[in-house]
Amino acid sequence: MNDVISWVIVVVILLSSGLILISKDWRYQLGALALQYLAAFWLVTRHQPFVIGSVKLVTGWMVVTVLGMTRLGLDENAQTTSTPENRGFPTALVLVIAFLAFGVAPRIEAAMPGLGLPVITGGLLLIGAGLMQLGLTSNILRVVISLLTLLIGFEIIYAAIENSILVTGLLASVNLGLGLLGAYLLLAGRTSLAIDPEEETE
Amino acid sequence: MNAAVIWILIPLLAGLLTLLFAPERFSAILGGALAVLLALTALIFPIDTALLIGNFSLKISASVQVLGRSFTFGVADGPLLAAIYGISALWFFGTQASGTSNRFVSLGLMIVALLTASIAVEPFLFAALILEIAAMLVIVLLVPPYQKPQRGIIRFIIYQTLAMPLILFSGWILAGVEAGPGNLSMTTQAGTMLGLGFAFLLAIFPLNNWIPLLAEEAPPYAMGFLLWALPTFTLIFALDFFDRYTWLRTSQQFSSAMQIAGVLTMTSAGLFAATQKQLGRLMAYAAIAEAGLVLLAFTVQSTEIVNLIFLLLIPRGLELAVWALGLSILKRESYALKFEELRGVARKYPIAVGAIVIAHLSMLGFPLLAGFPARLALAQELAPHALPILFWVYLSMAGLLIGLARSLTVFVLAPEGAAWKLAEDWVQVVMLGVGAIGLFILGIFPQTLQPFIAQLPTLFKHLGQ
Repeated sequence: MNDVISWVIVVVILLSSGLILISKDWRYQLGALALQYLAAFWLVTRHQPFVIGSVKLVTGWMVVTVLGMTRLGLDENAQTTSTPENRGFPTALVLVIAFLAFGVAPRIEAAMPGLGLPVITGGLLLIGAGLMQLGLTSNILRVVISLLTLLIGFEIIYAAIENSILVTGLLASVNLGLGLLGAYLLLAGRTSLAIDPEEETE
Repeated sequence: MNAAVIWILIPLLAGLLTLLFAPERFSAILGGALAVLLALTALIFPIDTALLIGNFSLKISASVQVLGRSFTFGVADGPLLAAIYGISALWFFGTQASGTSNRFVSLGLMIVALLTASIAVEPFLFAALILEIAAMLVIVLLVPPYQKPQRGIIRFIIYQTLAMPLILFSGWILAGVEAGPGNLSMTTQAGTMLGLGFAFLLAIFPLNNWIPLLAEEAPPYAMGFLLWALPTFTLIFALDFFDRYTWLRTSQQFSSAMQIAGVLTMTSAGLFAATQKQLGRLMAYAAIAEAGLVLLAFTVQSTEIVNLIFLLLIPRGLELAVWALGLSILKRESYALKFEELRGVARKYPIAVGAIVIAHLSMLGFPLLAGFPARLALAQELAPHALPILFWVYLSMAGLLIGLARSLTVFVLAPEGAAWKLAEDWVQVVMLGVGAIGLFILGIFPQTLQPFIAQLPTLFKHLGQ
């Protein structure tokens, strides 16, 4: 039963990665990112205790919230996306990533037995989608979402081989840091310089 | 007392408190004084050794447990910590002269504390994660709230973030290879991933295009700090890898790959430096060239490898501090730091221009300056085995020299009759003067670094023994 759910989760990862690549609306992208964190929670708990998976889920959703709240405060035209107009190209990329991930996963499972095919496939899909997205955009929000996608993929696979609590904590800090950094960079240059009247008179 | 508390937790908290509460005008003094205090503590009190002072017994314990893993400093870490916090103090004191806000001191303290944690964490592999967190803090330093982020900063985040998974995965595979060294294909994969990870972190050619872009966008003083801090700790991390895995030390393939990468990085940086028309980019290319030089130092098959690498790294902190401070002062004259806006600036800012020239000369290895002894020692080590490489090293230096000659021409190209002035304030003159004198002292008397360098090989079990 768990295996079936894991494969369903892999399909969710594929769809959410595709949505991030294809969609131009930041709301859908952040929604898809939140789904990816949920998927990561399930796949991480295949090898790690429930608590560790929960840490990743809670951190991830905090990151999504931070980015969402920040983006909500900006005007709609801010940060126009640089994704190609034609949606066929990103769709083709998603398919290429899917073929690669499903093709390579059995080989990795053979080289490192015990990780589990769904875990490897899900991780590779996310890493591939993150890398593809990074190559397509220079938009700050999309870059941050791509890096987070890539990190989720890495964390899913790494959780299967490393069970240190310190690593979990540090990875959570990296995720949260990227989210906060993304929010900072989205806001940078939009706030006017506040001049202290006392300093001005000096 | 615990070493991790003193050299990690205290500066981390101090950075946070400075950010929240310290008045702008005192932050440089507070941060600098704390860094000096930490450097002196590291120099005077040996770690994990009981000292009897009167009736009191004082011992700084070496290790602390955090979430099941330890942060450990050894006796040999003392001089390294002294050097790190000593150079940090110079950067923090210089913030007042550079006109940087107190964000620099507070974030700088936190960054140095995190980077120090990266050399103490056990297993050492987890340092990759701490370096990533430190890199994120550096970004806040590089992008002021009023400035829109440009391409350079985005590439920087991407490259730093890509490095972390590559290094963690390769470390895990190498641990497996260590257990069963027969699996050659795994070794190659691990080596490739590791090489790529460090290429991203150290900005090895061609993954260094973010540095010149960022040098053009970011405040020069913050950029100089980035070019000193992150590569220094990344190289210590790389030395740990070298020390830990025999395969990396003995692999001829890996050594050749590093030589090629070093030569390409150095030569390309030298050639690009010769054609630059922006002073920030010139500093960036000099730093890139030096990264290539350090890579070449990694290929030296000698017990002197550790000494050689630290002999390159320690003066680098001072060189970049002087150069970046000089640029920060000139930035008031020309925000873009472009050649066409800086004609004859030597007449108005003679001390800043002089300091920039001295720092530039030092970074290209000019005799009597801090960069010279390390380059001479490296050339002596490389000459018997890899003489052709020296040709490329000198070609790179020639490129940097042409860059200097072009900028010097611009600096002195004043309109006829322009009067000499001293537009720098006394703090700036003192800081630049001390820095420039320091560069001469390290060049003429390199043995002054001996107390810091002598014990450093004992940080590593196999390297330099």
